[in-house]
Amino acid sequence: MLYREAGQFKTNYVADSAIFPLREDRIGLGLIVLAAYALAFLGNSFLLQAVMIPFLVFSLAAIGLNILTGYTGLLSLGTGAFMGVGAYACYKLMTAFPGVNVIVWIFVSGFFSAAVGALFGLPSLRIKGFYLAVATLAAQFFLQWCFIRIPWLVNYNVSGALDAPLRTLFGIPIMGPNATPQTRYLLVLTIVILLTWLASNLVHGRIGRMWIAIRDMDLAAELMGIRPLQTKLLAFAVSSYYCGVAGALLVFLWYGGAEYDVFNINQSFFILFMVIIGGLGSLIGSFFGAALIFILPIVLGIVLPAALSPFGLSVGADVIEHLRFMIVGALIIFFLIVEPHGLARLWQIGKQKLLVWPFPY
Amino acid sequence: MDMLYKVFIEPFVFMGEAPDLLIQTLWEGLVSGVLYALIALGFVLIFKASGVFNFAQGIMVVFAALILVGLYEKGVPAFLALILAAVAMLVLAMVVERVVLRPLVNQPDIILFMATFGLTYFLIGFGELIFGGNPREMITEQLFLPQGTTEIDALGGSIRLQHLDIAAAVIASIMIGLLAVFFSKTRIGRALRAVADSHKAALSVGISLNQIWVIVWFAAGLVALVAGIMWGARSGVSFSLQIIALKALPVLILGGFTSIPGAIIGGLIIGVGEKLGEFYWGPLVGGGVETWLAYVIALLFLLYRPQGLFGEKIIERI
Repeated sequence: MLYREAGQFKTNYVADSAIFPLREDRIGLGLIVLAAYALAFLGNSFLLQAVMIPFLVFSLAAIGLNILTGYTGLLSLGTGAFMGVGAYACYKLMTAFPGVNVIVWIFVSGFFSAAVGALFGLPSLRIKGFYLAVATLAAQFFLQWCFIRIPWLVNYNVSGALDAPLRTLFGIPIMGPNATPQTRYLLVLTIVILLTWLASNLVHGRIGRMWIAIRDMDLAAELMGIRPLQTKLLAFAVSSYYCGVAGALLVFLWYGGAEYDVFNINQSFFILFMVIIGGLGSLIGSFFGAALIFILPIVLGIVLPAALSPFGLSVGADVIEHLRFMIVGALIIFFLIVEPHGLARLWQIGKQKLLVWPFPY
Repeated sequence: MDMLYKVFIEPFVFMGEAPDLLIQTLWEGLVSGVLYALIALGFVLIFKASGVFNFAQGIMVVFAALILVGLYEKGVPAFLALILAAVAMLVLAMVVERVVLRPLVNQPDIILFMATFGLTYFLIGFGELIFGGNPREMITEQLFLPQGTTEIDALGGSIRLQHLDIAAAVIASIMIGLLAVFFSKTRIGRALRAVADSHKAALSVGISLNQIWVIVWFAAGLVALVAGIMWGARSGVSFSLQIIALKALPVLILGGFTSIPGAIIGGLIIGVGEKLGEFYWGPLVGGGVETWLAYVIALLFLLYRPQGLFGEKIIERI
């Protein structure tokens, strides 16, 4: 009973196909975006650097995987590698053409990982389900091997690691050791909002419906005139584009430098967790999933020692780490049992309850 | 042209020139293939009976081996430790059935798959909490596993056979034979196959799904224990074994998820292909191809047979 959705009539098709048809949703979203920007000026640098920037980066990667797994129904375990392609492409581009603004290269680097993703998506035409998941593992391990073995990718530097050079926008450093968490957060936030907006338009439009048709039953979709080859490859390309951009952001705007090991198989699983816990086929679920999976261990790391100390149990850091693993694992199972459709469904149910509260009938 | 020569001619010339090296490589490939197949067997067992793609199989291997070694270090005699480890796997199977599988009945495959991910994380944390993260030695002598090597002089060189590898191959063959008999001859085995065909039909003829799940997870746990002993004897007991267990996945898709012979043949193809590729073609691209070659081999096979070599034919209807 906090607000009413009734009485908002639509009188033309354009209004009917709007992504947020309800005024309250638009206002709410506006407030969230505003709060996110305000956080840059209110939050301290630990919050921005250690929580918000990675949260946004992982959300972007989760959106990418959600497009592939949630909307198109193609299970992929190669996310980490596709993120890596984006990061390495970005590094090569911005060191080869230092004159062009780095933001351009962040967006362009996604196209490289889109191309690689489409290439590794080719088997998806014949292989389905878990078989495809294992086939994408080929991409994961092969690309990771490339990152290690091809020194050209890191400009033959001895350490074999990527590092973020100093880059500026309007004279303000946005990348490299001098950039403050604040500016990096603002940049990441803007890119993520832009790409999320693009994604929500994609999945609600004709292309998104094609993806969903392929997911629900690819044979039937084919009979209805949807071309499986183009649709599946497009899903792979778009998904890898998002992952690639997320990878570039991860290395250059969060870590500030990284080795190939960042893009290992665990990263792929990590993103898959977020997508499934958040909710398959839901953009907002990607954010929820990223929040739960990424922020939960941080919170546990702070809460657990505090919770155990009153009992005289001062435990070492390694025990906390093990407990964290156990709790995260148990929570994954718990959430799957409570709501297999993910946090996005819980959010929907909650909204519905609020709408009819306090009279549930 | 030079590259083509190096790829297509030179390795074969080398094979012809040094047949002893070829045999040695083939043997190593076969042994690692058998060991991959052992891990893959656990996956197949669970997938056959419950349709769950059990990602936790890899950590179960580590966990079983850790319990065995951990108990032995506490002073429990080796064979008692072996039995206790088996009991622990039974307890694990019952807990998994009660806590994870039963509440998730009738959910989509991917949800169950994710649940086993959660299980993996839990077991990693639990195992490290109890046993610590340090790698350990497998108690090979106490379990009467043979050690040492035999050298056979043949083909203008000598071929070294590790006794442990021979034992691994023999034990794996025995396990596979036992499982085959179990699946086709016993009452429970037939019930398992019925459950694999259709949960509903199995329920309607009075097969208890819960019981079957406990049995099959226990069987997979036993396979994991054996795999843990064998892998542990070769490369030590540590959590990095779990990454090796991922290698069982290409074996699985190559052989087909539902086929026990498929797991064996798949394991052998992957093992041999990987070792040959690494030894003869690896140096051309700078080595280390072992990490991904298995997956690429599996991918190539899949393009011709999307259901794997021995998998049931996939029939799609609208």
